[in-house]
Amino acid sequence: MLEKNPVIFIILAFLVIMVGTTVTMIVPFKWINGPGDLIAGVKPYTPLQQEGRDIYMREGCNNCHSQTVRTLAADVERYGYGGTYSKSGEFVYDRPFLWGSRRTGPDLAHIGLKFPDPMGAWHRKHLENPQSVVPASNMPSYAFLNQPLDTTYTERKMKLLKFPYTQGDLDEVKGKTEMDAIVAYMRKLGTDIPIKKAEAATQPTGNLKNPYSDLKGVKAEALSLFAKDCAVCHGENRQGNIGPSLRGSAKSDAELFAIISNGRGGMPSFGSSLDEQKIWKMVTLIKLGKHDD
Amino acid sequence: MNAPTRYIDDSVKGFIIWSIIWGTVAVLVGILISLQLVWPQLNVAPYLTYGRLRPIHTNAGIFGWGIGSFIGLFFYITQRLTRTPLWSPGLARLTLWLFNIGIASAAVSLAMGYNRTKEYAELEWPLAIVVAIIWVLFSINVFMTILKRREEQMYISLWYIMAALVGVTVLYVINNLGVPLNFFKSYSIFAGTNDANVQWWYGHNAVAMVLTAPPLAIFYYYLPKVTGNPIFSHRMGIIAFWSLIFMYLWTGAHHLLWTPVPDWIQTLAMAFSIMLIAPSWGAVFNGYLTMNGQWEQMKTNYLVKFLICGITFYGLQTLQGPMQAIRTFSAFIHYTDWVPGHVHMGALGWVSMVLFAAIYYTVAKMYDTDIYSVKLADTHFWLVLVGQLVYSITMWVAGVQQGSMLLATNPDGTLHYSFMETMIAIFPYYKMRAVSGFIYLAGLVVFIYNIYKTAEKGNTQLSRASQP
Repeated sequence: MLEKNPVIFIILAFLVIMVGTTVTMIVPFKWINGPGDLIAGVKPYTPLQQEGRDIYMREGCNNCHSQTVRTLAADVERYGYGGTYSKSGEFVYDRPFLWGSRRTGPDLAHIGLKFPDPMGAWHRKHLENPQSVVPASNMPSYAFLNQPLDTTYTERKMKLLKFPYTQGDLDEVKGKTEMDAIVAYMRKLGTDIPIKKAEAATQPTGNLKNPYSDLKGVKAEALSLFAKDCAVCHGENRQGNIGPSLRGSAKSDAELFAIISNGRGGMPSFGSSLDEQKIWKMVTLIKLGKHDD
Repeated sequence: MNAPTRYIDDSVKGFIIWSIIWGTVAVLVGILISLQLVWPQLNVAPYLTYGRLRPIHTNAGIFGWGIGSFIGLFFYITQRLTRTPLWSPGLARLTLWLFNIGIASAAVSLAMGYNRTKEYAELEWPLAIVVAIIWVLFSINVFMTILKRREEQMYISLWYIMAALVGVTVLYVINNLGVPLNFFKSYSIFAGTNDANVQWWYGHNAVAMVLTAPPLAIFYYYLPKVTGNPIFSHRMGIIAFWSLIFMYLWTGAHHLLWTPVPDWIQTLAMAFSIMLIAPSWGAVFNGYLTMNGQWEQMKTNYLVKFLICGITFYGLQTLQGPMQAIRTFSAFIHYTDWVPGHVHMGALGWVSMVLFAAIYYTVAKMYDTDIYSVKLADTHFWLVLVGQLVYSITMWVAGVQQGSMLLATNPDGTLHYSFMETMIAIFPYYKMRAVSGFIYLAGLVVFIYNIYKTAEKGNTQLSRASQP
């Protein structure tokens, strides 16, 4: 019968595929993005941020960058930037979602927490010429984003997405470049969620003296830490780039410790990711590592 | 009894030719973006950047090569299995025009940056509507031919075809729902985690309804045709069919393990992915057992090589896929190059191998001749096989290496490698992957030449025969 009546067959096939569809795709609408998911601090995008998000989509950034920090220790450590793993409530204003499926580049869900610099100097330099801050990067140059932002549809976008905005928000967009917009979007990502506070105190606890007076013993470890956390701003060889040169410093050990631990200006804090011993080793490297090593 | 049915094959030819052209575009763009991942300076202009080209690669492959050839071959198969001429040849010609206009506009619009970003549903709404229209026109033509059929029994291939007709329609329409901003942009009606869940319900079942059901329909039709053996078990075909289309729809969230999608959806997806091994291997065994006592055809019949190799990759694909759907393993390889390795085994090994066999057989039939050169077909076979294996194996190794580096921690819990260290480690594999693309392309060139010469030979014979 089934193999003889195509009409009944096709109706039955439709019903069969709708079972799993209903349970795993339709029923979850009842909970996902419901009150249980909401996070109080998460705000909709401003006009400039939404324009930046649209440029992110236009350039297909999602083909290389994911936007979900998984509930894995290594993911949280690498991409959480103090904001732990991603939660549903962080994405309630995202149409479409931009979680991606491949990390040819790092995850960007919380990238806004990484660089506190309000000008986004690092992002600009990196987008214009990725290899100038990360020499081995295979990311394309996006210098062409330094062109005026088309704001024709900005207000209509906000209305369509039902995001609140003021005339001031709309005026802010005028005269901006596409680069300004995408940097504004990058700076927003992950910044609305409660973050883990830096555990280290402003001043080193206990022994105020740097325990490492000799560079030799700490150099290898300090250089490898430098390559991971500092090189993107202070240059591969500590020659300075977005941040100042770190080949020697006139600052006191305690001062340097405080800057690394708490951050300053555009510099992020490392108090929660580096322990006290590691920070002292970095201080020693900065103070004593003067040459092209 | 009846006079032999006059089958109408001009649109079959058209779709096959154009699907080969779009397939070649997919491979060429694939090679270009594989080189861009090694040498970023190859991103020479905004519309030629990796982010804009990668969707062109996937869309040309899935929609141009995959769906294009399926439409052509389904017009061919359906007529034969129903012993009925195509319901509307005019509609078929219109579908071909729309198809080519649609794919060409898709490529241009993606290069211009009109991109919804949802994978395999990137096209903005006007083009998404064109795609839906193409599919519906094609579906009506096939379904009406089946309705008016002169052969009462519907063979397994027709079930898979019909499941694909309804499945693709439902998936594509729902995942493309959006609110237009203007002619060039729209926003998804789903937000955040909901949008992710809908997308991967779509994404994974596009694999079911586009890259599994249609090639299975083709496999089930051509294997008996090519070997002269009837399919081993009709009953196993029935069981495998219904369980396959039932189970597939539960598994989308295995693309979203460890993300904010609710855990129970992830767990269901994981469980159903494992269960899917059974119906998938039902088809594999049906293929293998059909060859019982006839295995020497692997040596003597070049088409059997393509088909059996194809179904073998399907079997491997449907073992590897469920493995990747397990949380612990996903944690390790997801977001790495392992996944492109997996996908290309399916696309280049399974789907394309079966399509090559079907196209060789169909073109020779339609031009009423034999293949121009079996030797070239063998060369083609080995080139695409080696190209695909080099691609997949290098990407699996790269994925395992990068995956373990990304997860490696020091005794104090901090990360052992920076992100860039993991990238530098896999750049050599990227170079090998680009080489594999060139090997595959060489195979494709041999294939195109062989098909062209076969058609030419058929035309010459025809004009000679018609001379007095």
